[in-house]
Amino acid sequence: MSVLLIAEHNNKEVKSFTLNAITAASQIDQDLHVLLIGHNADDVAKSLSEVPLVKKVLHMDNEIYENYIAENYTSAILKHADKYSHIVCSANTFGKNLMPRIAALLDISQVSDIIKVIAPDTFLRPIYAGNAFATVKSNDDKKCITIRPTSFEAAETTGGSAEIEKVDAADKTENTKFVNREEIKSDRPELGTARIVISGGRGLQSGENFKLISDVADKLNAAIGASRAAVDAGYITNEHQVGQTGKVVVPDLYIAVGISGAIQHLAGMKESKVIVAINKDGEAPIFSVADYGLEADLFEALPQFLEELNKLNTIQK
Amino acid sequence: MKILVAVKRVIDYNVQIRVKEDGSGVVTDNVKMSTNPPDDNAIEEAVKIKEAGKASEIIAVTVGEEKAQETVRKALAVGADRGIHVKVDSILEPLAVSKILKKIVEKENPNLVFMGKQAIDDDCNQTGQMLAAHLNWPQATFASKIEVKENSLEVTREVDEGLETIEVNTPAIVTCDLRLNEPRYASLPNIMKAKKKPIEQINASDLGVDTNPRIEHIKIEEPPKRKAGIKVASVEELVQKLKNEAKVI
Repeated sequence: MSVLLIAEHNNKEVKSFTLNAITAASQIDQDLHVLLIGHNADDVAKSLSEVPLVKKVLHMDNEIYENYIAENYTSAILKHADKYSHIVCSANTFGKNLMPRIAALLDISQVSDIIKVIAPDTFLRPIYAGNAFATVKSNDDKKCITIRPTSFEAAETTGGSAEIEKVDAADKTENTKFVNREEIKSDRPELGTARIVISGGRGLQSGENFKLISDVADKLNAAIGASRAAVDAGYITNEHQVGQTGKVVVPDLYIAVGISGAIQHLAGMKESKVIVAINKDGEAPIFSVADYGLEADLFEALPQFLEELNKLNTIQK
Repeated sequence: MKILVAVKRVIDYNVQIRVKEDGSGVVTDNVKMSTNPPDDNAIEEAVKIKEAGKASEIIAVTVGEEKAQETVRKALAVGADRGIHVKVDSILEPLAVSKILKKIVEKENPNLVFMGKQAIDDDCNQTGQMLAAHLNWPQATFASKIEVKENSLEVTREVDEGLETIEVNTPAIVTCDLRLNEPRYASLPNIMKAKKKPIEQINASDLGVDTNPRIEHIKIEEPPKRKAGIKVASVEELVQKLKNEAKVI
């Protein structure tokens, strides 16, 4: 049997986490089909067909799929579920919202947020905010899996030529209506895939002071993250939150500024390759995961940091 | 309008988790337990809706061992009217919990079911969506704002890109984000009053639901440890280390 992966997209482009999920899905079974549910998304279908790991693209086009509604996606996916041994998608807010609805209707106990494929029925997943790793084996005939995107490399996007098969739409729900989406546009790299992330916490003391963070981010071409405390305090909007219930990031360099390092924050960043902590409290838990700790007042350290970076002039873009 | 709120008893969010040496799980003996944090937001939201005169009754339900009753009692102390404790002796998967909750919904006929978006122990993030599927109700997950309308809810959801607003007809399931509200503390008089509120006990085995595990836990282990880092004395030293030692800038 084959694997069916549900693509996340905005009718124009594939979302990058889908490419990470493709890598994981192909490790489960190489006969990987991607289901694209959208409206006027031919460009997305084409780009998915060019991913070498993808063997086939099922393209469901209908105006009811203009916006992503879990109920509509579920009925669409269930039409095709019979033919597949695994149904998978990324474990971000897209997949977390969607997959359990599918699993329940198929009477399958879902395996959430896997970080490693051990065998087609056995996976590694973090529990307790990443403070324990569980090796789990699914004994359901069919599996519903969500994949932690940052634990897998993004799939190559060129060189493939998979068949695109048009398939019919499914039922539309009358009970859920899309109203609007407030997306904050930014020229910076995406938090989930950035090579460098600089995050601010409650130590920043105000939203205005986040400028100190964004100045460094601009210099390093970094994404901006935040602790839950900073988001709760209204210093910065929710899509920047890193942590157990926010985003999980695994950049080459993570710089935590004015963040004490609650367990819930560490869950979202402690797999980063190199971690820097800047905090005036030398006892802050963030130092226990930092490769380089600087005990300093961030209001002095950040401008100095920017100045030192300006001296380097060898920043990789 | 009747609101059912599902709550779960978990290891307190401040506790440093310890993995058992035999790989069978994590240490729970003598460990502080409390209500799953976003479940507190779910209760709080229900109470606020009732205080605004838009709900008539709040029922708190939990599925778990004997002591799980404490979480129901806490919900009663902050404003739920009565409780239901579905007793089970083993740890159930979200699929099984959602089937049990479906039975409770069929019995109680609420207009809304609230719960936290994710439990901080197994981090599954499944139960609400699964319950919505079983009932064929709409779902509004990761809610950070809820507006109650005549026969619907307008819910703002925290998604990766920012905020999304959807409108769901009732009856509906809402899973709550930590930013939905600020959960209140129970006052001493209310804790005393809560002791007199009824908690109905139901044995899960009497509900006719298949709760057998489908997932085997082969091994629970500690995650790989990071090697100890160093403290640097100055910003200059930090930048030099990042450039020459770690080679990340």
